Amino acid sequence: MNHWPFIIAAYAATILATSGLTLWSWSAMRRAEREADALRQSK
Amino acid sequence: MHIYANPARFLRLARPLTAWLGWSGGVLIALGLLGGLFLAPEDYLQGDSVRIMYVHVPAAWLGMGGWTGIAVASLMQLVWRHPLAATAARAVAVPGALFTALCLVTGSLWGRPTWGTYWEWDGRMTSMLVLLFLYIGYIALGDADRQRGGEGRITAIFGLVGAINIPIIKYSVEWWNTLHQGQSIGVGGSSIDNTMLWPLLLSALGFSLWFGSIVLMRMRAALARQKLEARLRRLAA
Repeated sequence: MNHWPFIIAAYAATILATSGLTLWSWSAMRRAEREADALRQSK
Repeated sequence: MHIYANPARFLRLARPLTAWLGWSGGVLIALGLLGGLFLAPEDYLQGDSVRIMYVHVPAAWLGMGGWTGIAVASLMQLVWRHPLAATAARAVAVPGALFTALCLVTGSLWGRPTWGTYWEWDGRMTSMLVLLFLYIGYIALGDADRQRGGEGRITAIFGLVGAINIPIIKYSVEWWNTLHQGQSIGVGGSSIDNTMLWPLLLSALGFSLWFGSIVLMRMRAALARQKLEARLRRLAA
């Protein structure tokens, strides 16, 4: 049995999932901090 | 720990640390995975499928480590009422759940060429699946509690009680006769050859730093939302 399709699938799942979570967490953080700063400056 | 009870002081440290952990983690992950894919030798018994270890083992450690972090933060919340403990525990939950799911997926992909099956209801795999369900329950309970305006005590108790599953996962390969191999790395040393060990340690350290960066991002987002909600309440009053 060729093992490489299983290896590639495991690495792809890991890289895609962790990259996706990083992008989601980063954009949520940026949006929340921008909104908090905007409200503070508008006072 | 109480030095960082003040969110402003915590944020002064967290802002530079988020980027530093993310970038250094990314570099170490790249080095570890490239080493595991192209420099480490294949296993004499398992062949090339052993290369899945370089993503599977860090995912398993971080899945278990994440819940250990939730339990410690929950204890700090319940006993010492540390103001950032609940935020930290909730920030760990989603990355912890993701790495637990990745451990199960990559383990299944490793199991097919090695054992001839994607899944077996043995002690290690079943207890890891229970951990994923615990994470999902914890996230749902935390969200429901926050929407009701609760202090998160029930969620913290759930986080503490769920920690009982961590030693069950760790010792499952000793307590039950399982398909899963026994422990290869412990406090006393490792039975893995150095040519295969260094990419694993690099990868594990890299994913751990990256995990830390994601947790800090989620804590910063939660603190910014809390600040925003407090200001809106003050403006409405």
